[in-house]
Amino acid sequence: MKTTFKSIVLLLSATFILSGCGNNNSKSAGNDGALRSSKAEKVYVAPGEHDSHYAFISGGYSGNVTVYGLPSGRLFKEIPVFSQFPTSGYGYSEETKPMLNTSFGEIPWDDAHHPDISQTNGVLDGRWIFINGNNTPRIARISLKTFETEEIIEVPNSAGNHSSSFITENTEYVVAGTRFSVPVPQKDMPIAEYKGNFKGALSFIKVDPETGRMGIKFQIMMPGFNYDLSHPGRDKSHGWFFFTTYNTEEANSLLEVNASQNDKDFIAAINWKKIEEYVDNGGGTKMPANYAHNVYDEHTHTATSTMKKEVLTVNPADIPGAIYLLPTPKSPHGCDVDPTGEYIIGNGKLSADLTIHSFTKMLDAIENKKFDGDAYGIPILNYEDVLAGAVKSGGLGPLHTEFDDKGNAYTTFFISSEVVKWKVGTWEVIDRKPTYYSVGHLTIPGGNSRKPFGKYMFAMNKITKDRYLPTGPELEHSAQLYDISGDKMELLLDFPTHGEPHYAAAIPADIVKGNSQKIYRLDENKHPYAVTNQADAKVTRNGNEVHISMSMIRSHFTPDNIEGIKVGDKVYFHITNLEQDFDVPHGFAMIGQNTSELLIMPGQTKTSVWEPKQVGVWPFYCTDFCSALHQEMQGYIRVSPKNSNIELSWTLDGE
Amino acid sequence: MKKAGIIMIIGSLLLLGLFKFPLWNIMLGAPQYPEPLGLDIYINGIQGASEFDLQNIDGLNHYIGMKTLPKPEDMWEFSIFPKVIGGMVAIGVLIGILGFIGKVSYKWFIGWFILMSILGILGMYDFHLWLIDYGSNLDPKAILKLVDEQGNPMKYDPPLIGHKILLNFDAFSYPHTGAYMMFVGMMLTIVAFFVGKKEYKKS
Ligand SMILES: [Cu+2]
Repeated sequence: MKTTFKSIVLLLSATFILSGCGNNNSKSAGNDGALRSSKAEKVYVAPGEHDSHYAFISGGYSGNVTVYGLPSGRLFKEIPVFSQFPTSGYGYSEETKPMLNTSFGEIPWDDAHHPDISQTNGVLDGRWIFINGNNTPRIARISLKTFETEEIIEVPNSAGNHSSSFITENTEYVVAGTRFSVPVPQKDMPIAEYKGNFKGALSFIKVDPETGRMGIKFQIMMPGFNYDLSHPGRDKSHGWFFFTTYNTEEANSLLEVNASQNDKDFIAAINWKKIEEYVDNGGGTKMPANYAHNVYDEHTHTATSTMKKEVLTVNPADIPGAIYLLPTPKSPHGCDVDPTGEYIIGNGKLSADLTIHSFTKMLDAIENKKFDGDAYGIPILNYEDVLAGAVKSGGLGPLHTEFDDKGNAYTTFFISSEVVKWKVGTWEVIDRKPTYYSVGHLTIPGGNSRKPFGKYMFAMNKITKDRYLPTGPELEHSAQLYDISGDKMELLLDFPTHGEPHYAAAIPADIVKGNSQKIYRLDENKHPYAVTNQADAKVTRNGNEVHISMSMIRSHFTPDNIEGIKVGDKVYFHITNLEQDFDVPHGFAMIGQNTSELLIMPGQTKTSVWEPKQVGVWPFYCTDFCSALHQEMQGYIRVSPKNSNIELSWTLDGE
Repeated sequence: MKKAGIIMIIGSLLLLGLFKFPLWNIMLGAPQYPEPLGLDIYINGIQGASEFDLQNIDGLNHYIGMKTLPKPEDMWEFSIFPKVIGGMVAIGVLIGILGFIGKVSYKWFIGWFILMSILGILGMYDFHLWLIDYGSNLDPKAILKLVDEQGNPMKYDPPLIGHKILLNFDAFSYPHTGAYMMFVGMMLTIVAFFVGKKEYKKS
């Protein structure tokens, strides 16, 4: 009996040791003390020092972009884009409500996916970030001077705006590709008649080189596939754009099975320069459309929303030689082009291998008309004719690839939770590191451009599980930072990310921080209700609308006591922050207000509406601890009955 | 006295730097102002070292009841100083020319220097009085009323020269480019005096 017990204990401990060893090896090689401390040094940014890189991470269902520092993983800011944001009043203030206007009315949220930084000659220039709203198709432009959303354009004829918002190497175009094909124009029809009737719109949005202003130049009406991701050509392939597709079966139900029948889907290669030329020469068909174009003016501090009524569409059949299909195995997801522009990488999400097409071979095959049939008139090239090679990775579920500055590529594998490093050209696997867990995108600063900056790579993981202290069933997602300066990747840091980070853009801080704006100049404030001088503060009535033109400075509002407001009035607070000092915002909150508080930056004017419902004397106050006398920064509004005849009056500077 | 005359002319002309460059500079740094706020004091007015410094200093000073910084029209000094300096430059150049052609003695050079020194000291004294008034003549309704160790109301006059701690601010007050040019110019007039003396003895 005793012996049996002993041997069981021995057996158990042996198993334990073995499994323990195995875990250590597979989970985190080199997790011992000495290495750990050197890792800490690599991500440590001492108090008062700055990170070397900015990372702009999409918030997915939060509709935001979050700004992080690398290598510290510290969160600096959330930039509201497609979502209302009570912190600043974005989407609630009268000036920013138009930003969220669409042809469906105001939509206060979206699913923000892929940020991309503007480029000049294929190199990140740090002027703007573009990002797509996935659900109600939109593209936004964020200024990297103010770190605010300046423009949002809705994309008609589109649904599930997923293969976006990638930009060409001189920021000529930002694309918006539809993930879901839909009837164009929309109509009431049987879903079962999807095949052959639905269309996939790929929109090319022209970007003004000076102002960044966007306008849809043309939409290509592609066959009814799902357009998943995309990437512009670089360098030698500049002028082309590549889109991965799935559901080339054109199934309309149970897609997980029915859209996984074809062994190969396509990468659509589009010669946009050729289509641009065609359009510039009067080609294409104008069709009625209805979509919002929202622009925020930094001088009036106000957004305007304009409804556009027309869009130019292009039928691929009308421009022979502009579009080709490259067969690509296993429902490719990510579509990535290496920095030289030669290789187009299709990440077949249902496979273990990566398929790499050669741009040169593609041009050859096109020249020699080596086609393998066509789809709706678009020539299909021979798989073997365009194939450059394959990475036999041994991983499962490849999704996304980025590149470093030394000719290596890094691919995420969702199912096997790892990043695989391989050599571009030889296709050999050099290194692989686990991620925790289920990694989607990864980002290398400049890693999707002609000039990657190298140094760091971070993976954005979908599942967090045991990486941090538990916070109930809901966990933030987790990013992991790797040092990629050596031959082997080295995991340095875990940091949580807000929302569902789909993709990120990162850039050396030096390119951005010098241009970052510190204040809004009062002398450039063109807001119609701006009060640039306390003496100009006033209250005016127009029927039941009352406009309060108010100023704020440390530590008082002008005016601070207002009488003559009546129940049923619509009271507009137009508040100007008179400070001209970096990082001195003031807040504003009004009791019972059904919109949001405001946070107003130095030199800025914001407006919010309050509709008093009860008589009384109601306070308002500053919500940002702005000075030693912040608590004194307050005022009162007297609300009288609807039929009262108390005149409007207010105090200025205590008088 | 050709050499001495030329040196005298150059020395006097260097004072013209005061029309272009600040005479004095006061920098105010605090934990909340890692990039310090600064005042550049010119002979014809005060300007911020950075664009919004004046407004920001005034904004902070209202807590302790200090007056807003004077505009050029608020102080007689800002209209008189340029005239005095301009006049002294003209006189210096004139003496230099007259010395050059041998019409006046080298002693005029040191005479100019002494007059300039007296005017300079008076100017500094006036500046000092202004600083004291500015820093201690406070609004009785001031928000922050602080007292020093002896129980007297705090004074917020920046140092005439050097460093001083004013509440949470570190104030640094030093001459600026205009003052250095004036200093070099005045030294040159002394040199002119000695060179002139030498030239006189030789002849
Ligand atoms: Cu405040």
